[in-house]
Amino acid sequence: MINLSVQVGGLRLKNPVMPASGTFAEELAHLLDFNQLGALVTKTITTEKRSGNPMPRVCELNDGMMNAIGIPSKGAQLFIDKVVPFYRDYDAPLIVSISAPTAQGFADLAARLSDVPGVAGIEANISCPNLEAHGQSFGMQAESTRDVVELMRQVTSLPLWVKLTPNAGEVVPVALAAQEAGADAVVVGNTLLGLSVDIERGRARLGNFMGGISGAAIRPLMVRLTYQCAQALEIPVIGCGGIATADDALEFIYAGASAVQVGTATFLHPKTMNTMVSELEAYCRRKGVASISTLIGALDDLPAEPFGALP
Amino acid sequence: MNVISGCCQASALTPPDDTLAVVISNQWVNDEYKRLVLQADGAASQSLPGQFFNLLCPSEGEHKPYFRRPMSTYKADPATGQVEFLYKVTGKGTYGLETLGQAQTVEILGPLGKGFDLQPGWQHMIIVARGVGLATLAPLAEAAHRLGIRLTAVLSARSEKSLLSRERFASLGADVRVVLDEDGSSSPERLEPLLRQIIAREGTDALFTCGSRRLTQLLKKLSAELGLVGQVALEQQMVCGLGMCQCCVEVFEVDGLRVGKRVCLEGPVFDLAEVV
Repeated sequence: MINLSVQVGGLRLKNPVMPASGTFAEELAHLLDFNQLGALVTKTITTEKRSGNPMPRVCELNDGMMNAIGIPSKGAQLFIDKVVPFYRDYDAPLIVSISAPTAQGFADLAARLSDVPGVAGIEANISCPNLEAHGQSFGMQAESTRDVVELMRQVTSLPLWVKLTPNAGEVVPVALAAQEAGADAVVVGNTLLGLSVDIERGRARLGNFMGGISGAAIRPLMVRLTYQCAQALEIPVIGCGGIATADDALEFIYAGASAVQVGTATFLHPKTMNTMVSELEAYCRRKGVASISTLIGALDDLPAEPFGALP
Repeated sequence: MNVISGCCQASALTPPDDTLAVVISNQWVNDEYKRLVLQADGAASQSLPGQFFNLLCPSEGEHKPYFRRPMSTYKADPATGQVEFLYKVTGKGTYGLETLGQAQTVEILGPLGKGFDLQPGWQHMIIVARGVGLATLAPLAEAAHRLGIRLTAVLSARSEKSLLSRERFASLGADVRVVLDEDGSSSPERLEPLLRQIIAREGTDALFTCGSRRLTQLLKKLSAELGLVGQVALEQQMVCGLGMCQCCVEVFEVDGLRVGKRVCLEGPVFDLAEVV
C-alpha cells in the first residue's frame, strides 16, 4: 500500500493532487471523483459581484492557452449560501480562493469565511494578472504581499495559502515576505502575463488586451520557480503550471512541491486529476517508494562535472 | 406553463461523460460540410435536441487545435448507440476532424448543456435555420415529429447548392420552405411576411432558430409581438464546455436587468425574450 498523503500548510491531504483555482466547479462532479482528490480549490470569489472582462476571454496557443476572464463573481454571500454547502458532501478539504481590491478587503473576506462551516482553508489570490491595469497585483512586490498577508493572518486561524505570481521580477523575496507574514503555504503560481496579437486585425486576441499564459508552455519556468521557492522557504510550496500527467506532477514534487495543482489540463481532459493520482501510485510502486512525501525536494541538484576544457 | 424537457423524456438530463467514440463514417454531404457518424455507447447517445458535445479534434499537419471544439448533436440514437455531427470544414479543429477515417477514435465530452423545451400539446411550430444551425435544429424536428406537432421548416442558405438536410426535414413530414441569398428571399424583410402568413394560417405555438443573428432578432420580435414561445440555440467560443472557465458568456436581459450567462451551461438554448 503506497502512502500518497502529504502535509500541506496546516492540512493533511489524502494525496498531492488538487485543482487550480478557476478550473474547477460543481459540474465536474459528473466526471471526476472529488473524494479521490487531495483538496478542492474554488474559483476565486470576491465580496461584491463582478462582471468579468470583455470578450474574447481566451485564446489558444501552440502548447497552451491564454485567458483574461477577470474573475466574474456572484459575490461572497451567494457563494457561502449555495456553493459551500454543495462541497460539504465531499471528504476532501475545501480551499476557498479569494481576491479583493484592497488589503483590508482581503482580510474582511478571509475573516468572513473563517466562520463558515465546511471551509477548510483560504487561498489568497494576490496574483491574478487580469484584475488591475497591466498585470499589477499585490503579489508583484514583497512589501505589498507582506501587508496583505499580515492583515489576513490577524483575522483568520484557517490554513492560509498564498498564490504567487511568476510575473514578479524576483519571486523568492515575495515568497519569503508571505512566509514572514504568516502564510501556511505558497502556491507557485498563477499564470504568466502575455500578449497575443491577431495580425489580420492588428488587435490583441484577448478583449482585456493582455492575459495569463497557462499550459505546458510555461511548465519548466514554474518548476524552476517552485525549486527556488522550496529552497528558500520553511513552509510548503504547492506547484502549479502546465501539469497534465503524473510525470509533470513529479517534476514539481522532485523540485520541492509538497502538492500540485492541475488547471488547464482539466479543461481538455476533465478526468485528468483522477488519472494522475493512480499514475502517481504506479510510479511509486515501480520505484519502490513507500511514501510519496519522501520524493518532495528529492531532486539531485549536485552540480554536474565541470566540462574541463577550453574551446 | 408546464413545459417539459424535449421529446417526452421528462426525466433528468443524462450527465455528461468523456467517451472514446469510434468513427463509423465521415462523408462529405456537399462542398463544405461533412457528416461524422460515431459509435458512442453510454451517455453520449442520450443527447437531447439542442444539446452539444465538446470534441477533441485531432491535429492535422500544422493545424494543432489546443482547445476542444463544441459541436451540436445532429443525431443521437440510444437504440443504436450512434451519435452524428454535421460540420463545416473551416478551421484548425475541423481540418483535423475532416481526416478521421473509419474505425479511428475521437474523444467526445457530452451530452452538454440545456436543450430545447417542447410541449406535447402544441399543434404547430416553425423552425428557421441557417448554415450549421440546420444541424442543431434537425433533432428538434425529429422530436416534434414524435410528439405529433406539425412543423414548418424554413431553411435559409446562400444558394440552392449550399442547402443542407432538406430531405431529412421533409422525411419528418415538415413543410419545408427554402429561402436563398441568391434570389433575395432570405432577407428578413422578405421572411417576415412569410412567417406571419404561416403563423396566422397554422395557429403556430412556438418559433425556433439557430445560425443567424438577423433571424434571431426577427424571431424575437415576432414571438414577443404574437405571444409565442421562442427559443434560440446560440454558438460561442468555448473551452471546458462544463461551466468552469467562464469564457462563453453572453449578455441577456432578464426582468429588465442585464445578466451574463454561460452558453455552455445555462444554454446553449435560450428563451428568445432574453436574447439581446
